Amino acid sequence: MEFSSKLIESAVTEFSKLPGIGKKTALRLVLHLLKQEEDFTTDIAQALTEMRQNIKYCKKCHNISDEDICNICTSHKRDNSIICLVEDTRDVLAIENTSQYNGLYHVLGGIISPIEGIGPEDLTLDSLMERVSSPDSEVNEIIFGLSPTMEGDTTAFYISKKVKQLGIKTSTIARGIPIGGELEYADEITLGRSIISRTAYE
Amino acid sequence: MRKMKLLNIRLAQFKNYPQANFSFVGGINCFLGRNGIGKTNILDAIYYLAFTKSAFNAVDKDNILHEESFFSIKASFEIEEKAVEVLCAVRLGEKKMVRWAGKEYERLSEHIGKLPLVIIVPQDTDIVREASEMRRKFFDNLLCQLDQEYLKLLVNYNHLLKQRNALLKSFLEKSRFSAEQIAPYDELMIPLALNIAENRKALMEKFLPIFKAFYQDLSDGQEEVSINYDTRVNNSFENDFKAQHQKDFRQGRTTLGIHKDDYLFLSEGKAVKKFGSQGQQKSFVIALKLAQFDLLKTSKNQKPLLLLDDVFDKLDDKRIAYLLQMMADGRFGQIFLTDARPERSKEYLRNIDTDKKFFELDLKTQENV
Repeated sequence: MEFSSKLIESAVTEFSKLPGIGKKTALRLVLHLLKQEEDFTTDIAQALTEMRQNIKYCKKCHNISDEDICNICTSHKRDNSIICLVEDTRDVLAIENTSQYNGLYHVLGGIISPIEGIGPEDLTLDSLMERVSSPDSEVNEIIFGLSPTMEGDTTAFYISKKVKQLGIKTSTIARGIPIGGELEYADEITLGRSIISRTAYE
Repeated sequence: MRKMKLLNIRLAQFKNYPQANFSFVGGINCFLGRNGIGKTNILDAIYYLAFTKSAFNAVDKDNILHEESFFSIKASFEIEEKAVEVLCAVRLGEKKMVRWAGKEYERLSEHIGKLPLVIIVPQDTDIVREASEMRRKFFDNLLCQLDQEYLKLLVNYNHLLKQRNALLKSFLEKSRFSAEQIAPYDELMIPLALNIAENRKALMEKFLPIFKAFYQDLSDGQEEVSINYDTRVNNSFENDFKAQHQKDFRQGRTTLGIHKDDYLFLSEGKAVKKFGSQGQQKSFVIALKLAQFDLLKTSKNQKPLLLLDDVFDKLDDKRIAYLLQMMADGRFGQIFLTDARPERSKEYLRNIDTDKKFFELDLKTQENV
């Protein structure tokens, strides 16, 4: 793409570094910004800079937070005996949006994958172990809220071996037929698993 | 028996074809023309429709016409008197697309086995002569066409194997082994390996008698041949696999498992790979392929498509005569074959009573048909 302005070009280049944004979309965004009042751009830039400079990660669960300890971890209404283990912050949001869970979280910050050079030491596992083995810990169950992939399975296996030594119960989110999905279109592995781990009908 | 027929195929920017259409007969389709004109590429396009990959080049971008950005292969099949369109398309930088009757697959593995196919190519002698990988590929290809669950097991095993090998390599670099970190891979791979070995063993029980019968026929029944499925994945595998940790660590890769399996081809108890004559090796290969055809035919209750690349040139008279007799007896279904010498093919096929179509390819074919 040829630009008549070096300023535009550099803005487009920066935008197109973002996931899901190609050169064309980047150009559209840049031209849109140009059409707005100058404050519009300043506000965006300021919000981004502040976000980047002031964002914190909860010291307990590693979720994104404005404080040292996030509002889920400090809440008195949450159940301190249960931790749901997830890969990243997006998963916390997804589970929170279901309004079906009232325990705490622990954000791993990734998933074990030797091919990509990610090992247990790259995750927030030490902090999890500290959390659950501290004398005032009330945790008696850890839920694996990980994606049902090979990497999710190996990561869950690794962690479950570690926490079981502490006498903590482990469970994993159910894998099965999506609500509104049709049985005949489910793949055999999913269908097989949902038969094996069927639930009582109430 | 279920009926399947490939009616026509439309190529766009696949290998050397900018655009090309071919309509086929249900019997024998011959692609004739000088070397390098693109005969085998048509067979490869048909192969691609069945396996969503090339028989010759695993790198998809290399199958795109020079300097273009995509290829597509569109085909009309008639399956049990119903028309089915199959489309394979590859665009640079995008996910490969395969559609069956207008519906795109989420996983390509769901397609494998829907269009049973056997290919015989000059390179097949590699199955006998080369490393064990070629033999595993041959039998895995057959198993995957027979059973999608097998394909899934294999894909999962190979994925875990890659991860485990990457982990072992990182141990080697750090000079430190961690039993704790390797354990998840062991636990997930062991049951998969046992299951895969069980499948391979069961296949061999069905395959061997069919293979032996073909080989006897091809060689006038003078020698005793056999195939031994050679694996260390057995009752003690779980212990053996774990006992291998130090060796795995030193070598930086997984040294035991179904990825090390081999199939020993024997004639009178001796390895055909080492001691077999060229003729024996060729008979072995043809018998393997014909047994593959027969097993697919009975299991699927339908005759697989048969692709024959340059067989009239590479096989000797006796084996050619055998194949022609099978064609004459109607033991095959739809056939696609290539030959650089038109008059030879026409002569060979003259007495075979079935629909035949001869495609004489020249430079114009590449433009359009």
